Amino acid sequence: MEKMIYLDNAATTRTAPEVVEAMLPYFSELYGNPSSVYDFAGKSKEAVSNARGQIAEVLGAKKEEIYFTAGGSEADNWALKAAFEAYQEKGKHIITTKIEHHAILHTCEYLEKQRGARITYLDVDENGIVRLEDLEKAITPETILISIMFANNEIGSIQPVKEIGMIAREHGILFHTDAVQAFCQVPINVDECCIDMLSSSGHKINGPKGIGFLYIRKGVKIRSFVHGGAQERKRRAGTENVPGIVGYGEAAKRAFDSMEERTAKERELRDYLIKRITTEIPYVKLNGHTEKRLPNNVNVSFRFVEGESLLLMLDSYGICGSSGSACTSGSLDPSHVLLAIGLPHEIAHGSLRLTLGEDTTREDLDYTVDKLKEIVQNLRNMSPLYEDFMKNNK
Amino acid sequence: MYSEKVMDHFQNPRNVGEIENASGIGTVGNAKCGDIMRIFLDIDKETHIIRDCKFKTFGCGAAVATSSMATELVKGKTIEEAMQVTNKAVMEALDGLPPVKVHCSLLAEEAIHAALWDYAEKHGIVIEGLEKPKSDIHEGEEEEEEEY
Repeated sequence: MEKMIYLDNAATTRTAPEVVEAMLPYFSELYGNPSSVYDFAGKSKEAVSNARGQIAEVLGAKKEEIYFTAGGSEADNWALKAAFEAYQEKGKHIITTKIEHHAILHTCEYLEKQRGARITYLDVDENGIVRLEDLEKAITPETILISIMFANNEIGSIQPVKEIGMIAREHGILFHTDAVQAFCQVPINVDECCIDMLSSSGHKINGPKGIGFLYIRKGVKIRSFVHGGAQERKRRAGTENVPGIVGYGEAAKRAFDSMEERTAKERELRDYLIKRITTEIPYVKLNGHTEKRLPNNVNVSFRFVEGESLLLMLDSYGICGSSGSACTSGSLDPSHVLLAIGLPHEIAHGSLRLTLGEDTTREDLDYTVDKLKEIVQNLRNMSPLYEDFMKNNK
Repeated sequence: MYSEKVMDHFQNPRNVGEIENASGIGTVGNAKCGDIMRIFLDIDKETHIIRDCKFKTFGCGAAVATSSMATELVKGKTIEEAMQVTNKAVMEALDGLPPVKVHCSLLAEEAIHAALWDYAEKHGIVIEGLEKPKSDIHEGEEEEEEEY
């Protein structure tokens, strides 16, 4: 393969060279355990504290409200399970949506089946946005937690988080948001949005894998999820992943500093890609909202074509994307997000997600669209659905 | 994730297309599950030899590759021989499939049988061992076990 065009930045991103550079000293030189007393280990402690500050700044949060975890999924699990445990005396009702990441949905299923929680899964509109009136209606005196993602990982739709936060605050309900895709992609202020807990992950913003954090507002009484030592203010045991934390801090600073310029460029390229695909290929549909959308997300469905075939053909030209088809989800059902916005199964099977990164160029996208046109036509020529459709429309 | 043979048959599928006035046509699967296969057969009435076989498939890489291989395996064979082409034979010819894709090979076997059934119906003959095609090949598959 000569050239790779990587358009799967919602799956993971390339760790930036300067991030790796910042991490390197903390492997073999400054390897001290931050909990040790000698001066040498103090350097590791300082590095962790510094990274915590870099991350807190992005959210307008306090340093001591950032708790490092092994990633976004752990942060989601922690937020939901610990909040349920701490507040179940008050009630056992949790409100979430049908389009959450599986780290939220499967945790909710667990709480429902094993711990007696009652969960409301809110519908979304055809653009993948929660309706505030649905949320208001779902609230009961037993509701203890609202968990709604900041932006969706598949179709990029950005939720009215500020309004949701205010509704939660008004009713005295905790508000958690999974911001794994939104962190450093859209401006977030935890105070303005009344966010009590927020999950994020390092490798989505050109940082390393295996590191994430849960923001917990001061005063929210959720307990430890991983028991052991006194790390992370006794709320998350285990020797800190110092290189990961340092890398995450550096990546957050870098992404926060470049956010305005970078996302403006991505937005322009995103809209260019959407326009070319939807005008040059017939029987295609954009999934998600046109404006309330992550700057780097494109998600389209091609009728009469199956997603995995599309991905394999794109791969043969060095283009990396992803799909919500059943074949890529490991089950017989296509993506729950695409079904939640009302797509019929056969159209959901033909979805393609392309997520841009900081290095994506217009040339990359032109090449991608040119190949896509060919591939879609070839697959349609092979498709009995297309054959039937064309015969019926003659 | 796929063998070289699967990738070859996916990227260069053999026998794609339709046969005009085919002796038998079978369509199996459904769009809801993400795969549909249609097989066209041209059968010599006297000798019962499958002179030509073509396919159209909507589905994943494995679905396309198994369709392609299945058409290759039945072409030039008699109906009786074609009946011996099982999903296992298709899988072996492709150097195996990932476990989650085994159902694609079942679909290919089913598609051939459905086309033969159509041929038998049209010509009022009985093909030994051939059963009426199922409407949905995913019937009876077990639900994934839940873990907590």
